[in-house]
Amino acid sequence: MKGLRKERGSSGFWGEVLKEFKKNKGAVTGFIVFSLIVLVAVLAVFLLDYKTQITKINIPEALQPSSWKHPFGTDQFGRDILNRILYGAHYSLLIGLCAVTISTAIGSMLGIIAGYFGGLVETIIMRTMDVISPIPSVLLAICIASAFGQSLISLMLAVGIVTVPAFARVARASVMSVREEEYIEAAKAIGASDINIIVKHVIPNSLPPILVQATMRVASAIIVGSSLSFLGLGVPAPKPEWGGMLAQGRSFLNTSTNMTLYPGLAIMITVLAINLIGDGVRDAMDPKLKR
Amino acid sequence: MVKEKLVLEINDLVVNYETDNGTVHAVNGINLKLKQKQSVGIVGETGAGKTTTALAILNLIPQPTGIIKNGTIIVDGKNMLTISESDLRMMRGKGVSMIFQDPMTALNPVFTIGEQIAESVRIHEGVSNKDAMQRAIEMLEIVGIDKDRAYDYPHQLSGGMKQRVVIAIALACQAKLLIADEPTTALDVTIQAQVLELIRSYREKYDTAMILITHDLGIVAETCDEVAVMYAGVIVEYGTLEDIFNRTKHPYTEGLFNSLPNIIERRSKLTPIPGMVLDPTILPDGCVFADRCSYVIDTCRTTFQKDIAVSDTHIVRCSRYQEPGFNIKRMIA
Repeated sequence: MKGLRKERGSSGFWGEVLKEFKKNKGAVTGFIVFSLIVLVAVLAVFLLDYKTQITKINIPEALQPSSWKHPFGTDQFGRDILNRILYGAHYSLLIGLCAVTISTAIGSMLGIIAGYFGGLVETIIMRTMDVISPIPSVLLAICIASAFGQSLISLMLAVGIVTVPAFARVARASVMSVREEEYIEAAKAIGASDINIIVKHVIPNSLPPILVQATMRVASAIIVGSSLSFLGLGVPAPKPEWGGMLAQGRSFLNTSTNMTLYPGLAIMITVLAINLIGDGVRDAMDPKLKR
Repeated sequence: MVKEKLVLEINDLVVNYETDNGTVHAVNGINLKLKQKQSVGIVGETGAGKTTTALAILNLIPQPTGIIKNGTIIVDGKNMLTISESDLRMMRGKGVSMIFQDPMTALNPVFTIGEQIAESVRIHEGVSNKDAMQRAIEMLEIVGIDKDRAYDYPHQLSGGMKQRVVIAIALACQAKLLIADEPTTALDVTIQAQVLELIRSYREKYDTAMILITHDLGIVAETCDEVAVMYAGVIVEYGTLEDIFNRTKHPYTEGLFNSLPNIIERRSKLTPIPGMVLDPTILPDGCVFADRCSYVIDTCRTTFQKDIAVSDTHIVRCSRYQEPGFNIKRMIA
């Protein structure tokens, strides 16, 4: 039976999206760069030794400029900046992806429930979101860090929770427009239950805006995560988080620019790559730009 | 005459929509009975309450604005308004199924048409996915679509084919009552004929009762046994095809016929019904049609209109028929 589908060449919605995405050169570039960063991040964790190559203090080699031995130079403790950047990639990626996964899961679920059922449920959920959304992520991170201790997980939670309302709003709006479609009424008319309708009809049709939002949010989550580390609220000090490295380098801006330049570039390239992917996903899923 | 089992019995149904701008009286006390195999056409202009009546039968009036104020709807012995949520879901699709008006929007764009037909089978027959898909493919063949297309998405089909898919979904579980809400409005005339023929042959095979909602009197004449003419939420005239078409009684029905092109006197001008449809937020004391009626007398506006039986099969809601010798002027060609 599956064979039939292939013969007829029906690609479906996701096939179309993939085709549109492939046409977008910027998005493909972004995707390639992002894949490389992910690859590097994973390899660095396995190939570089945390104790000897990342955090070992080696004062004689402190603050060196670029050389063959240290392509990006060394920091004030004589640690190789390239190694630290490579190793630090996984922090940023983890923060970005996990925070967005948390907020997408919670936010979309709340938004879908609010949008589908409406009424009192909607009021309670959406007004709660309104209360959460104005809390600055920095403030929330301070609260979470002081409550659960400073760690990667509390940073993810802080960044994730702050973006929950954004996802709830997008999901709700999307569901509300899908809810009015005649095929939802038709599904009710053949006796489908609410759960069935939400899972089979509402979620697949309201997914595109949520996905676009999620891709875009990964980039901003990385930035927020790095800013929190920069302020000393995120990943604790010896760990080479990019934002934390920037903060360290700040005091050596006049003498050793490498310490701020390369972590800064790393953040910029990662965020740019993800934003390019996000743009590509948005364009590919936007029915108005199609054909 | 042997008393046949009623498939549908609507008693004194009143449906209101509570909006910010006031209460819309969409359906104001209608009665309807339908036997097995029987088909009734509901005709009337936009806003007459036809679709609301249909949705009420499925208990699908949009919440929270729509409120069923009064009445009972009994489908195959079960009161649709009081049965439990799970029984209601069983009745939808298995007891009553509905063909939706616009095939372009009644299909979910992210699933193949086969999956969508199979869904209704799976819900009601409790069969495996594979068997449900098999049934879906059979249904597609019944409605005249090649089985290979079961794995196509709605956007790969033409409008006529989509409407056939919508019909296949409605017919998949062999419901006792089929509600067709303007099934052909979105289609061109040749496809219209095919779709009507399809519904007709299916009904003959399974003895399905049908409510056909339309504003096309031609379609009614072709497919229905009885006709209910609705105006402002009220059935103003009810009777057999013969009664309505050849022994028209109600001034509104007369108006409907006069607005059709006359095939014998081709040069004659169309005579539209003067005025506008009643503001649905205002429910008059007297006749709902009084403002546009050419036979109106003062008592029409003040007395509550009752159903008057003109013959065994023919009911008209016009108080002027209480006067001896009153009749509308419509010429029967």
